[in-house]
Amino acid sequence: MLKIDGLKVNYGGIEAVKGISFEVPDRSIVTLIGANGAGKSTTLRSIVGLVRPAAGNIQLEGEELTGLPTDRIVSKGITLVPEGRRVFPDLTVLENLKIGAYLRNDSLDDDINWVYELFPRLKERSWQAAGTLSGGEQQMLAVGRALMSRPKIMMMDEPSLGLAPIVVRGIFDIIREINRQGVTILLVEQNANMALKIADLGYVLETGRITMSDTGAALLANEKVKEAYLGKGG
Amino acid sequence: MQYVISILLSGISLGGQLALIAIGYTMVYGILRLINFAHGDLFMASGLMMIYISTWAPLYLAIPLVLVLAVVLGFTIERAAYKPLRQAPRMSVMISAIGVSYLLQNTATYITGGQPMTYPSIPFLYDTVNVAGNNVKWAVLLTPVLVIVLVFALTQLINHTKIGMAMRAVAKDFETSQLMGIKINNVISMTFIIGSFLAAVGSVLYFTNYQTVVPTSGAMPGLKSFVAAVFGGIGSIPGAVIGAFLIGICESIVKGLPAAWGLSVFSDAVTFAILIIILVVKPTGLFGERATDKV
Repeated sequence: MLKIDGLKVNYGGIEAVKGISFEVPDRSIVTLIGANGAGKSTTLRSIVGLVRPAAGNIQLEGEELTGLPTDRIVSKGITLVPEGRRVFPDLTVLENLKIGAYLRNDSLDDDINWVYELFPRLKERSWQAAGTLSGGEQQMLAVGRALMSRPKIMMMDEPSLGLAPIVVRGIFDIIREINRQGVTILLVEQNANMALKIADLGYVLETGRITMSDTGAALLANEKVKEAYLGKGG
Repeated sequence: MQYVISILLSGISLGGQLALIAIGYTMVYGILRLINFAHGDLFMASGLMMIYISTWAPLYLAIPLVLVLAVVLGFTIERAAYKPLRQAPRMSVMISAIGVSYLLQNTATYITGGQPMTYPSIPFLYDTVNVAGNNVKWAVLLTPVLVIVLVFALTQLINHTKIGMAMRAVAKDFETSQLMGIKINNVISMTFIIGSFLAAVGSVLYFTNYQTVVPTSGAMPGLKSFVAAVFGGIGSIPGAVIGAFLIGICESIVKGLPAAWGLSVFSDAVTFAILIIILVVKPTGLFGERATDKV
Protein backbone atom coordinates (compact mmCIF):
# COMPACT_ATOMS: atom_id res chain seq x y z
CA MET A 1 0.00 0.00 0.00
CA LEU A 2 2.70 2.45 1.04
CA LYS A 3 5.97 1.97 -0.74
CA ILE A 4 9.19 3.75 0.14
CA ASP A 5 12.03 3.41 -2.32
CA GLY A 6 15.59 4.64 -1.85
CA LEU A 7 14.55 7.43 0.51
CA LYS A 8 17.30 9.84 1.48
CA VAL A 9 16.66 12.77 3.77
CA ASN A 10 19.02 15.47 4.96
CA TYR A 11 18.08 16.96 8.24
CA GLY A 12 19.93 19.65 10.13
CA GLY A 13 22.95 19.41 7.82
CA ILE A 14 23.42 15.64 8.13
CA GLU A 15 22.11 12.78 6.08
CA ALA A 16 19.63 11.41 8.60
CA VAL A 17 18.14 8.80 6.29
CA LYS A 18 20.57 7.18 3.90
CA GLY A 19 18.56 5.48 1.20
CA ILE A 20 16.01 3.20 2.81
CA SER A 21 13.33 1.11 1.09
CA PHE A 22 10.43 -0.61 2.75
CA GLU A 23 6.79 -1.43 2.23
CA VAL A 24 3.70 -1.20 4.36
CA PRO A 25 1.14 -3.75 3.15
CA ASP A 26 -2.56 -2.91 3.24
CA ARG A 27 -4.20 -3.43 6.65
CA SER A 28 -0.96 -4.41 8.33
CA ILE A 29 0.88 -3.07 11.34
CA VAL A 30 4.46 -2.24 10.45
CA THR A 31 6.99 -0.92 12.89
CA LEU A 32 10.32 0.85 12.52
CA ILE A 33 12.46 0.33 15.58
CA GLY A 34 15.83 1.77 16.37
CA ALA A 35 17.79 3.91 18.77
CA ASN A 36 17.49 7.64 19.18
CA GLY A 37 18.74 9.41 16.07
CA ALA A 38 18.44 6.38 13.80
CA GLY A 39 16.22 8.38 11.44
CA LYS A 40 12.83 6.96 12.40
CA SER A 41 11.04 10.24 12.97
CA THR A 42 12.69 11.83 9.95
CA THR A 43 11.35 9.00 7.81
CA LEU A 44 7.79 9.61 9.00
CA ARG A 45 8.14 13.36 8.64
CA SER A 46 9.32 13.03 5.07
CA ILE A 47 6.47 10.65 4.17
CA VAL A 48 3.94 13.26 5.25
CA GLY A 49 5.83 16.09 3.54
CA LEU A 50 7.04 18.03 6.57
CA VAL A 51 10.62 17.59 5.37
CA ARG A 52 11.63 17.16 1.76
CA PRO A 53 13.46 14.01 0.78
CA ALA A 54 16.78 14.55 -0.98
CA ALA A 55 16.19 11.47 -3.10
CA GLY A 56 13.85 8.52 -3.41
CA ASN A 57 10.18 7.87 -3.97
CA ILE A 58 7.15 7.62 -1.75
CA GLN A 59 4.09 5.99 -3.25
CA LEU A 60 0.65 5.36 -1.83
CA GLU A 61 -1.31 2.75 -3.77
CA GLY A 62 0.90 3.42 -6.76
CA GLU A 63 0.40 7.17 -6.59
CA GLU A 64 3.50 9.32 -6.27
CA LEU A 65 3.53 11.48 -3.13
CA THR A 66 7.12 12.69 -3.20
CA GLY A 67 7.33 16.48 -3.07
CA LEU A 68 3.62 17.13 -2.51
CA PRO A 69 2.69 19.65 0.19
CA THR A 70 1.49 18.19 3.49
CA ASP A 71 -2.17 19.10 3.02
CA ARG A 72 -2.28 17.17 -0.28
CA ILE A 73 -0.63 14.14 1.29
CA VAL A 74 -3.08 14.21 4.21
CA SER A 75 -5.97 14.43 1.76
CA LYS A 76 -4.70 11.24 0.07
CA GLY A 77 -5.20 9.35 3.33
CA ILE A 78 -1.98 9.51 5.31
CA THR A 79 -1.95 10.95 8.79
CA LEU A 80 0.76 11.32 11.40
CA VAL A 81 0.28 11.25 15.15
CA PRO A 82 3.29 13.38 16.04
CA GLU A 83 5.84 12.69 18.70
CA GLY A 84 4.91 14.33 21.98
CA ARG A 85 1.20 14.26 21.00
CA ARG A 86 1.01 17.95 20.13
CA VAL A 87 -2.68 18.41 20.83
CA PHE A 88 -3.84 22.03 20.55
CA PRO A 89 -3.88 22.97 24.24
CA ASP A 90 -6.31 25.91 24.01
CA LEU A 91 -8.83 24.12 21.84
CA THR A 92 -11.41 21.87 23.47
CA VAL A 93 -11.28 18.11 23.03
CA LEU A 94 -14.14 18.33 20.54
CA GLU A 95 -12.44 21.13 18.60
CA ASN A 96 -9.26 19.09 18.44
CA LEU A 97 -11.26 16.28 16.88
CA LYS A 98 -12.97 18.63 14.46
CA ILE A 99 -9.69 20.16 13.35
CA GLY A 100 -8.44 16.64 12.62
CA ALA A 101 -11.15 16.55 9.97
CA TYR A 102 -10.18 19.95 8.58
CA LEU A 103 -10.04 18.78 4.97
CA ARG A 104 -13.43 17.11 5.09
CA ASN A 105 -16.69 18.83 4.31
CA ASP A 106 -19.12 16.02 5.09
CA SER A 107 -20.83 15.28 8.39
CA LEU A 108 -18.47 14.42 11.23
CA ASP A 109 -21.00 12.98 13.68
CA ASP A 110 -20.34 9.31 12.89
CA ASP A 111 -16.61 9.69 13.21
CA ILE A 112 -16.81 11.69 16.40
CA ASN A 113 -19.00 8.93 17.84
CA TRP A 114 -16.52 6.33 16.62
CA VAL A 115 -13.62 8.10 18.36
CA TYR A 116 -15.70 8.51 21.52
CA GLU A 117 -16.46 4.76 21.43
CA LEU A 118 -12.75 3.99 21.14
CA PHE A 119 -11.91 6.47 23.88
CA PRO A 120 -14.89 6.95 26.23
CA ARG A 121 -12.67 9.14 28.41
CA LEU A 122 -12.55 11.76 25.65
CA LYS A 123 -16.32 11.94 25.51
CA GLU A 124 -16.45 12.79 29.21
CA ARG A 125 -13.96 15.61 28.61
CA SER A 126 -15.42 16.82 25.34
CA TRP A 127 -15.69 20.47 26.46
CA GLN A 128 -12.45 20.61 28.37
CA ALA A 129 -9.42 22.39 26.95
CA ALA A 130 -7.03 19.74 25.65
CA GLY A 131 -4.18 21.25 27.67
CA THR A 132 -5.89 20.14 30.88
CA LEU A 133 -5.84 16.44 29.94
CA SER A 134 -3.34 13.95 31.35
CA GLY A 135 -0.54 12.65 29.12
CA GLY A 136 -2.38 9.43 28.38
CA GLU A 137 -5.59 11.27 27.55
CA GLN A 138 -3.68 13.64 25.28
CA GLN A 139 -2.25 10.64 23.45
CA MET A 140 -5.78 9.27 23.03
CA LEU A 141 -6.87 12.64 21.70
CA ALA A 142 -3.94 12.80 19.29
CA VAL A 143 -4.92 9.38 17.93
CA GLY A 144 -8.59 10.32 17.77
CA ARG A 145 -7.74 13.57 16.01
CA ALA A 146 -5.70 11.65 13.42
CA LEU A 147 -8.56 9.20 12.85
CA MET A 148 -10.93 12.08 12.11
CA SER A 149 -9.30 12.52 8.70
CA ARG A 150 -10.45 8.95 7.85
CA PRO A 151 -6.91 7.86 7.03
CA LYS A 152 -5.89 4.81 5.06
CA ILE A 153 -2.59 4.82 6.91
CA MET A 154 -2.03 6.15 10.39
CA MET A 155 1.62 6.76 11.21
CA MET A 156 2.53 7.10 14.86
CA ASP A 157 5.73 8.58 16.21
CA GLU A 158 6.65 7.24 19.65
CA PRO A 159 3.13 6.95 21.08
CA SER A 160 4.47 5.40 24.29
CA LEU A 161 6.85 8.27 25.06
CA GLY A 162 6.54 9.51 28.62
CA LEU A 163 3.52 7.39 29.49
CA ALA A 164 3.10 4.95 32.37
CA PRO A 165 3.34 1.25 31.35
CA ILE A 166 -0.32 0.59 32.03
CA VAL A 167 -1.34 3.55 29.86
CA VAL A 168 1.00 2.37 27.11
CA ARG A 169 -0.65 -1.04 27.15
CA GLY A 170 -4.03 0.63 26.73
CA ILE A 171 -2.78 2.66 23.78
CA PHE A 172 -1.33 -0.41 22.09
CA ASP A 173 -4.58 -2.33 22.57
CA ILE A 174 -6.36 0.52 20.83
CA ILE A 175 -3.83 0.58 18.00
CA ARG A 176 -4.58 -3.08 17.40
CA GLU A 177 -8.31 -2.41 17.52
CA ILE A 178 -8.02 0.47 15.03
CA ASN A 179 -6.00 -1.80 12.74
CA ARG A 180 -8.64 -4.52 13.02
CA GLN A 181 -11.18 -1.95 11.83
CA GLY A 182 -9.21 -1.50 8.62
CA VAL A 183 -6.62 1.25 9.20
CA THR A 184 -3.06 0.41 8.19
CA ILE A 185 -0.53 1.35 10.87
CA LEU A 186 3.08 2.47 10.54
CA LEU A 187 4.53 2.69 14.02
CA VAL A 188 7.83 4.16 15.12
CA GLU A 189 8.91 3.15 18.59
CA GLN A 190 11.84 3.04 20.96
CA ASN A 191 9.77 0.64 23.03
CA ALA A 192 10.68 -2.17 20.62
CA ASN A 193 9.19 -4.88 22.77
CA MET A 194 5.66 -3.47 22.69
CA ALA A 195 5.90 -2.50 19.04
CA LEU A 196 7.15 -5.86 17.78
CA LYS A 197 4.50 -7.71 19.74
CA ILE A 198 1.70 -6.12 17.75
CA ALA A 199 3.55 -5.72 14.43
CA ASP A 200 3.12 -7.92 11.38
CA LEU A 201 6.40 -6.61 9.98
CA GLY A 202 9.33 -4.87 11.60
CA TYR A 203 12.30 -2.98 10.27
CA VAL A 204 15.38 -2.16 12.32
CA LEU A 205 16.88 1.23 11.55
CA GLU A 206 20.49 2.03 12.45
CA THR A 207 21.97 5.44 11.70
CA GLY A 208 19.81 5.97 8.66
CA ARG A 209 19.92 2.47 7.20
CA ILE A 210 17.65 -0.53 7.47
CA THR A 211 19.78 -3.33 8.89
CA MET A 212 17.16 -6.01 9.49
CA SER A 213 13.63 -6.75 8.45
CA ASP A 214 11.38 -9.63 9.33
CA THR A 215 8.01 -10.41 10.86
CA GLY A 216 7.40 -8.87 14.25
CA ALA A 217 7.51 -12.26 15.97
CA ALA A 218 10.78 -13.26 14.30
CA LEU A 219 12.48 -9.99 15.25
CA LEU A 220 11.21 -10.40 18.79
CA ALA A 221 13.00 -13.78 18.93
CA ASN A 222 16.14 -12.57 17.14
CA GLU A 223 19.22 -12.63 19.39
CA LYS A 224 20.74 -9.45 17.95
CA VAL A 225 17.51 -7.54 18.33
CA LYS A 226 17.10 -8.88 21.84
CA GLU A 227 20.53 -7.72 22.78
CA ALA A 228 20.39 -4.29 21.19
CA TYR A 229 16.79 -3.21 21.66
CA LEU A 230 14.92 -5.43 24.06
CA GLY A 231 17.28 -5.51 27.02
CA LYS A 232 17.55 -8.35 29.47
CA GLY A 233 14.53 -10.61 29.56
CA GLY A 234 12.91 -8.77 26.61
CA MET B 1 -18.84 68.38 33.81
CA GLN B 2 -19.35 69.37 30.22
CA TYR B 3 -15.56 69.56 29.88
CA VAL B 4 -15.05 66.16 31.48
CA ILE B 5 -17.55 64.58 29.12
CA SER B 6 -15.85 66.11 26.11
CA ILE B 7 -12.48 64.76 27.27
CA LEU B 8 -13.90 61.32 27.88
CA LEU B 9 -15.62 61.28 24.50
CA SER B 10 -12.50 62.20 22.61
CA GLY B 11 -10.53 59.66 24.64
CA ILE B 12 -12.96 56.88 23.88
CA SER B 13 -12.99 57.82 20.24
CA LEU B 14 -9.21 57.93 19.96
CA GLY B 15 -9.06 54.66 21.88
CA GLY B 16 -11.47 53.03 19.45
CA GLN B 17 -9.44 54.15 16.47
CA LEU B 18 -6.26 52.82 18.06
CA ALA B 19 -8.08 49.59 18.88
CA LEU B 20 -8.84 48.99 15.21
CA ILE B 21 -5.14 49.30 14.39
CA ALA B 22 -4.01 47.38 17.47
CA ILE B 23 -6.02 44.29 16.50
CA GLY B 24 -3.92 43.97 13.37
CA TYR B 25 -0.70 44.12 15.37
CA THR B 26 -1.85 41.63 17.92
CA MET B 27 -3.31 39.10 15.44
CA VAL B 28 -0.22 39.08 13.26
CA TYR B 29 1.98 38.75 16.31
CA GLY B 30 -0.22 35.93 17.59
CA ILE B 31 0.36 33.91 14.45
CA LEU B 32 3.79 34.93 13.13
CA ARG B 33 5.41 36.29 16.30
CA LEU B 34 6.16 39.28 14.09
CA ILE B 35 5.76 42.92 14.94
CA ASN B 36 4.46 44.19 11.66
CA PHE B 37 6.05 47.62 11.58
CA ALA B 38 4.40 48.34 8.25
CA HIS B 39 0.93 48.18 9.82
CA GLY B 40 0.86 51.83 10.88
CA ASP B 41 1.96 52.86 7.41
CA LEU B 42 -0.76 50.78 5.84
CA PHE B 43 -3.12 52.84 7.98
CA MET B 44 -1.56 56.04 6.57
CA ALA B 45 -1.72 54.61 3.04
CA SER B 46 -5.44 53.94 3.51
CA GLY B 47 -5.85 57.62 4.39
CA LEU B 48 -4.00 58.73 1.26
CA MET B 49 -5.91 56.35 -0.98
CA MET B 50 -9.12 57.85 0.35
CA ILE B 51 -7.92 61.35 -0.49
CA TYR B 52 -7.04 60.43 -4.06
CA ILE B 53 -10.01 58.20 -4.74
CA SER B 54 -12.51 60.70 -3.35
CA THR B 55 -11.38 63.20 -5.98
CA TRP B 56 -13.07 61.14 -8.68
CA ALA B 57 -15.42 58.78 -6.91
CA PRO B 58 -18.42 59.55 -4.71
CA LEU B 59 -17.91 58.66 -1.07
CA TYR B 60 -20.30 55.72 -1.09
CA LEU B 61 -17.97 54.16 -3.64
CA ALA B 62 -14.70 55.53 -2.32
CA ILE B 63 -15.03 54.12 1.19
CA PRO B 64 -15.61 50.49 0.17
CA LEU B 65 -12.95 50.83 -2.51
CA VAL B 66 -10.42 52.04 0.06
CA LEU B 67 -11.28 49.11 2.33
CA VAL B 68 -10.74 46.66 -0.52
CA LEU B 69 -7.47 48.28 -1.62
CA ALA B 70 -6.15 48.30 1.95
CA VAL B 71 -6.88 44.58 2.17
CA VAL B 72 -5.11 43.98 -1.14
CA LEU B 73 -2.14 46.02 0.06
CA GLY B 74 -1.92 44.11 3.35
CA PHE B 75 -2.19 40.78 1.55
CA THR B 76 0.49 41.79 -0.96
CA ILE B 77 2.88 43.00 1.74
CA GLU B 78 2.63 39.64 3.48
CA ARG B 79 3.13 37.61 0.32
CA ALA B 80 5.99 39.72 -1.01
CA ALA B 81 7.92 40.68 2.11
CA TYR B 82 7.17 38.12 4.83
CA LYS B 83 6.21 34.84 3.18
CA PRO B 84 9.60 34.29 1.46
CA LEU B 85 11.19 34.58 4.91
CA ARG B 86 9.01 31.98 6.61
CA GLN B 87 11.99 29.76 7.47
CA ALA B 88 14.31 32.68 8.26
CA PRO B 89 15.11 33.86 11.78
CA ARG B 90 12.46 36.12 13.23
CA MET B 91 14.83 39.08 13.25
CA SER B 92 15.10 38.96 9.44
CA VAL B 93 11.34 39.19 9.03
CA MET B 94 11.28 42.13 11.40
CA ILE B 95 13.88 43.95 9.33
CA SER B 96 11.80 43.21 6.25
CA ALA B 97 8.83 44.80 8.05
CA ILE B 98 10.86 47.92 8.82
CA GLY B 99 11.82 48.02 5.15
CA VAL B 100 8.20 47.86 4.03
CA SER B 101 7.34 50.58 6.51
CA TYR B 102 9.88 52.93 4.95
CA LEU B 103 8.90 51.90 1.46
CA LEU B 104 5.31 52.94 2.15
CA GLN B 105 6.36 56.23 3.75
CA ASN B 106 8.75 57.07 0.91
CA THR B 107 6.18 56.17 -1.71
CA ALA B 108 3.73 58.46 0.05
CA THR B 109 6.30 61.28 0.01
CA TYR B 110 6.93 60.64 -3.68
CA ILE B 111 3.24 60.79 -4.55
CA THR B 112 2.25 63.72 -2.36
CA GLY B 113 5.51 65.61 -2.69
CA GLY B 114 5.60 65.61 1.09
CA GLN B 115 2.75 68.09 1.31
CA PRO B 116 0.09 67.55 3.98
CA MET B 117 -3.03 66.37 2.21
CA THR B 118 -6.53 67.24 3.36
CA TYR B 119 -8.82 64.37 4.12
CA PRO B 120 -12.28 64.65 2.57
CA SER B 121 -15.10 65.59 4.91
CA ILE B 122 -17.40 62.63 4.97
CA PRO B 123 -20.81 64.31 5.40
CA PHE B 124 -22.38 62.08 7.99
CA LEU B 125 -19.23 61.37 10.03
CA TYR B 126 -18.10 64.98 9.91
CA ASP B 127 -21.45 66.42 11.05
CA THR B 128 -21.67 67.41 14.65
CA VAL B 129 -24.22 66.69 17.30
CA ASN B 130 -24.73 68.27 20.70
CA VAL B 131 -23.82 66.01 23.61
CA ALA B 132 -24.18 67.60 27.07
CA GLY B 133 -23.33 70.99 25.67
CA ASN B 134 -20.41 69.82 23.50
CA ASN B 135 -20.40 69.84 19.75
CA VAL B 136 -19.23 66.37 18.87
CA LYS B 137 -18.58 64.87 15.46
CA TRP B 138 -20.59 61.79 14.63
CA ALA B 139 -17.30 60.01 13.93
CA VAL B 140 -16.46 60.37 17.61
CA LEU B 141 -19.73 58.85 18.75
CA LEU B 142 -19.78 56.17 16.11
CA THR B 143 -16.24 54.92 16.73
CA PRO B 144 -16.80 52.98 19.97
CA VAL B 145 -20.03 51.48 18.61
CA LEU B 146 -18.33 50.37 15.43
CA VAL B 147 -15.38 48.96 17.38
CA ILE B 148 -17.68 46.90 19.57
CA VAL B 149 -19.62 45.56 16.58
CA LEU B 150 -16.45 44.67 14.65
CA VAL B 151 -14.73 43.08 17.65
CA PHE B 152 -17.85 41.06 18.36
CA ALA B 153 -17.96 39.86 14.75
CA LEU B 154 -14.27 39.05 14.87
CA THR B 155 -14.53 36.99 18.06
CA GLN B 156 -17.46 35.08 16.54
CA LEU B 157 -15.33 34.36 13.49
CA ILE B 158 -12.39 33.20 15.57
CA ASN B 159 -14.34 31.10 18.04
CA HIS B 160 -17.11 29.63 15.92
CA THR B 161 -15.92 29.11 12.36
CA LYS B 162 -13.62 26.64 10.71
CA ILE B 163 -11.15 29.28 9.55
CA GLY B 164 -11.23 30.76 13.05
CA MET B 165 -10.39 27.39 14.54
CA ALA B 166 -7.56 27.05 12.04
CA MET B 167 -6.26 30.49 13.06
CA ARG B 168 -6.19 29.45 16.70
CA ALA B 169 -4.44 26.22 15.80
CA VAL B 170 -1.83 27.86 13.58
CA ALA B 171 -1.11 30.45 16.27
CA LYS B 172 -0.16 27.62 18.61
CA ASP B 173 1.65 25.16 16.37
CA PHE B 174 2.53 25.53 12.67
CA GLU B 175 3.69 22.01 12.10
CA THR B 176 0.82 20.18 13.73
CA SER B 177 -1.60 22.49 11.92
CA GLN B 178 -0.02 21.37 8.66
CA LEU B 179 -0.56 17.76 9.71
CA MET B 180 -4.26 18.54 9.99
CA GLY B 181 -4.19 19.59 6.36
CA ILE B 182 -4.38 23.31 7.10
CA LYS B 183 -2.70 25.52 4.51
CA ILE B 184 -0.65 27.72 6.79
CA ASN B 185 -0.15 30.45 4.21
CA ASN B 186 -3.86 30.88 3.63
CA VAL B 187 -4.46 31.29 7.34
CA ILE B 188 -1.66 33.84 7.60
CA SER B 189 -3.05 35.75 4.63
CA MET B 190 -6.45 35.76 6.28
CA THR B 191 -4.91 37.33 9.36
CA PHE B 192 -3.36 40.13 7.31
CA ILE B 193 -6.63 40.64 5.43
CA ILE B 194 -8.59 41.07 8.66
CA GLY B 195 -5.93 43.31 10.20
CA SER B 196 -5.73 45.53 7.11
CA PHE B 197 -9.49 45.82 6.84
CA LEU B 198 -9.80 46.97 10.45
CA ALA B 199 -6.91 49.42 10.07
CA ALA B 200 -8.61 50.91 7.00
CA VAL B 201 -11.87 51.32 8.92
CA GLY B 202 -9.82 52.96 11.66
CA SER B 203 -8.23 55.31 9.15
CA VAL B 204 -11.60 56.58 7.95
CA LEU B 205 -12.62 57.41 11.51
CA TYR B 206 -9.24 58.78 12.57
CA PHE B 207 -8.58 61.06 9.60
CA THR B 208 -12.14 62.34 9.60
CA ASN B 209 -11.25 63.62 13.04
CA TYR B 210 -7.72 64.88 12.33
CA GLN B 211 -8.21 66.00 8.75
CA THR B 212 -4.65 65.89 7.38
CA VAL B 213 -2.52 63.04 6.11
CA VAL B 214 1.26 63.26 5.81
CA PRO B 215 3.64 60.38 4.97
CA THR B 216 4.44 59.90 8.65
CA SER B 217 0.81 60.03 9.77
CA GLY B 218 0.86 56.31 10.46
CA ALA B 219 3.91 56.35 12.69
CA MET B 220 2.46 57.74 15.93
CA PRO B 221 -0.94 56.03 15.84
CA GLY B 222 0.86 52.85 14.78
CA LEU B 223 3.28 53.07 17.67
CA LYS B 224 0.53 53.79 20.17
CA SER B 225 -1.58 50.91 18.87
CA PHE B 226 1.41 48.66 19.20
CA VAL B 227 1.82 49.89 22.77
CA ALA B 228 -1.86 49.15 23.32
CA ALA B 229 -1.40 45.62 22.00
CA VAL B 230 1.59 44.97 24.28
CA PHE B 231 -0.22 46.61 27.17
CA GLY B 232 -3.19 44.25 26.73
CA GLY B 233 -0.91 41.25 26.30
CA ILE B 234 0.23 40.87 22.72
CA GLY B 235 -1.60 38.09 20.92
CA SER B 236 -4.84 38.80 22.79
CA ILE B 237 -7.59 40.61 20.89
CA PRO B 238 -9.66 41.72 23.91
CA GLY B 239 -6.39 42.81 25.51
CA ALA B 240 -5.52 45.01 22.53
CA VAL B 241 -8.96 46.62 22.51
CA ILE B 242 -8.98 47.36 26.23
CA GLY B 243 -5.38 48.55 26.05
CA ALA B 244 -6.26 50.92 23.22
CA PHE B 245 -9.22 52.43 25.06
CA LEU B 246 -7.12 52.92 28.21
CA ILE B 247 -4.36 54.65 26.27
CA GLY B 248 -6.82 56.80 24.34
CA ILE B 249 -8.54 57.94 27.52
CA CYS B 250 -5.29 58.56 29.43
CA GLU B 251 -3.88 60.58 26.59
CA SER B 252 -7.05 62.60 26.33
CA ILE B 253 -7.02 63.32 30.07
CA VAL B 254 -3.40 64.51 30.00
CA LYS B 255 -4.16 66.71 27.00
CA GLY B 256 -7.17 68.10 28.85
CA LEU B 257 -5.30 69.11 32.02
CA PRO B 258 -5.51 72.85 32.78
CA ALA B 259 -3.47 74.75 30.22
CA ALA B 260 -1.74 76.72 32.98
CA TRP B 261 0.07 73.57 34.11
CA GLY B 262 1.56 73.21 30.66
CA LEU B 263 1.56 69.44 30.92
CA SER B 264 -0.42 68.57 27.82
CA VAL B 265 2.77 68.31 25.76
CA PHE B 266 3.58 65.19 27.76
CA SER B 267 0.57 63.29 26.45
CA ASP B 268 2.68 60.88 24.35
CA ALA B 269 5.24 60.34 27.09
CA VAL B 270 2.46 59.45 29.49
CA THR B 271 1.32 56.70 27.16
CA PHE B 272 4.72 55.12 27.32
CA ALA B 273 5.09 55.69 31.06
CA ILE B 274 1.89 53.69 31.53
CA LEU B 275 3.28 50.91 29.39
CA ILE B 276 6.49 50.75 31.37
CA ILE B 277 4.66 50.62 34.68
CA ILE B 278 2.31 47.88 33.46
CA LEU B 279 5.16 45.85 32.09
CA VAL B 280 7.14 46.11 35.30
CA VAL B 281 4.17 44.86 37.30
CA LYS B 282 2.92 42.34 34.75
CA PRO B 283 5.48 41.62 32.05
CA THR B 284 3.03 39.72 29.85
CA GLY B 285 0.49 42.57 29.73
CA LEU B 286 -3.07 42.57 30.98
CA PHE B 287 -4.24 39.39 29.23
CA GLY B 288 -0.95 37.98 28.02
CA GLU B 289 -0.13 34.36 28.49
CA ARG B 290 3.30 33.15 29.53
CA ALA B 291 6.44 34.98 28.59
CA THR B 292 6.64 35.85 24.92
CA ASP B 293 9.86 35.90 22.97
CA LYS B 294 11.99 38.98 22.97
CA VAL B 295 12.26 40.87 19.74
